[in-house]
Amino acid sequence: MRIPPRNTQALAVTLLAGATGLTLAVLVFVIVFILGKGLPVISLGFLFDNPQEMGKAGGIFPTLVGTLILPLVAILIALPAGVGTAVYLSEYTGDNLATRIIRFGTDCLAGIPSIIFGLFGFIFFVTTLKMGWCILSGALTLAIMVLPTIIRTAEEAIRAVPAGYREVSCSLGATRWETVLKVVLPNALPGIVTGIMLSIGRCIGETAAVIFTAGASLRLPHSVFDSTRTMAVHFYILAREGISNENAYGTAAVLILSVLLVNSLSYWMMNRFIARRTK
Amino acid sequence: MTDAVKISNRNFSVFYGAIQALRGITLDVLAHQILGIIGPAGSGKTALLRSMNRLNDLNPNCRVEGQILLDGEDIYQPEFDAVRLRKRVGMVFALPVPLPLSLFDNIVYGPRLSGIRARARLNELVERSLQAAFLWDEVKDRLQTSALRLSGGQQQRLCLARVLAMEPEVILLDEPCSGLDPISTSRIEEALMALKSKYTIVLVTNNTKQAARVADTTAFLLQGELVEVGPTDRIFTAPKDQRTNDYVSGRFG
Repeated sequence: MRIPPRNTQALAVTLLAGATGLTLAVLVFVIVFILGKGLPVISLGFLFDNPQEMGKAGGIFPTLVGTLILPLVAILIALPAGVGTAVYLSEYTGDNLATRIIRFGTDCLAGIPSIIFGLFGFIFFVTTLKMGWCILSGALTLAIMVLPTIIRTAEEAIRAVPAGYREVSCSLGATRWETVLKVVLPNALPGIVTGIMLSIGRCIGETAAVIFTAGASLRLPHSVFDSTRTMAVHFYILAREGISNENAYGTAAVLILSVLLVNSLSYWMMNRFIARRTK
Repeated sequence: MTDAVKISNRNFSVFYGAIQALRGITLDVLAHQILGIIGPAGSGKTALLRSMNRLNDLNPNCRVEGQILLDGEDIYQPEFDAVRLRKRVGMVFALPVPLPLSLFDNIVYGPRLSGIRARARLNELVERSLQAAFLWDEVKDRLQTSALRLSGGQQQRLCLARVLAMEPEVILLDEPCSGLDPISTSRIEEALMALKSKYTIVLVTNNTKQAARVADTTAFLLQGELVEVGPTDRIFTAPKDQRTNDYVSGRFG
């Protein structure tokens, strides 16, 4: 008994649309639920005041600063290393055993749970290097954690740059490095930015690796050698210790809105860059 | 001195992995002439062309034997700088590949790499190269728009202008008209005829009639071997080799 193609087509469309609808519904539900509970809590005072009684009252200002600084430092460390690796792998080496092992290694690294990175960061940076709980320890740990993401997305983006561009650049008297700077990286930028945004998202949302390495201090950090608490950690502690469900949801709402802000800002900057290059 | 040898291929062979693309080619390119290279697909025309500016270096599987002399100097000797070579020997590819930049930035790509920064000098280079490629009148009002917006024929003339802006000594063209309409093709041919007084030109073409129209000397390649080379008139009217005769009369290929 054979189902007519017309019916399988209709069935496929129904199933695919259903899957899309379900995904969208879950997403909208989560966001609406958290914003619904969190938005009423948010005020200028909530954003810019220091927390009191471990976060039961007062605002979340130090955690806002921590959430900005920690991913920023982590990306500043991971980006040059990650993009550098990607450029080296795709532009300067052929496909041989060594590069295949490196690729396999980064793929494995990407699948390791974050708490393992947290434990490593605690043992290596915090204890062995005696750096203590601080922003730098946390950022280095997060950098290692997001390195595979940055390397692989950057490499994919670099590979997608047409080979013809490289040939033209070289035939016009550019060295390999000049070709990388002037042709390969600018054209791979959208993919690289996608990798950065994924990484920022992971850093902002990370708790386990951050508690182990950057600590959970509620004081405003003055340098990268101070401990800090990110919003995600703050949310976790507020909810876990039952300190204040209300403020936990408020923090979560601010967290969601900041991720939204960071992503829109990066897209806007990227589009401006592309538009300026090719009017 | 129109009879000076600009490039001399001496018993030159190219291998891609285990496949031999060129078999002991010995061929001189005379200064201020257009050398046409004809032959069926897979005859090694492009391999030969890409050897003359060492673009084959980009392919890690490529290996060469023999010599290519530019003004008497072996370009494959280890201390010869391939990057400087490519500034002297420019190349236009089969498919026009404008970089995703403005027209202006495409043309000054080479000059900027050579360290030319002065705006007036760059402006002058852009105008002169576009004039020489017969494109200036069509684009002079939109030099800051993306090169990707040009038509195929305009893009290929832009690629020619981009090479001219480097002020090279030799221009290599790899089937530059294969994707173009007859009018665009005749514009490119016109440009080439005008350019040969200043440059040495090597034109690889699938179109034997094009070689007959513009080349001073024509070389016929078949399966990686140089079958015959001589003045274009003689190659097309009285070829010495039966295979050349079959090819130019359209019996195969």
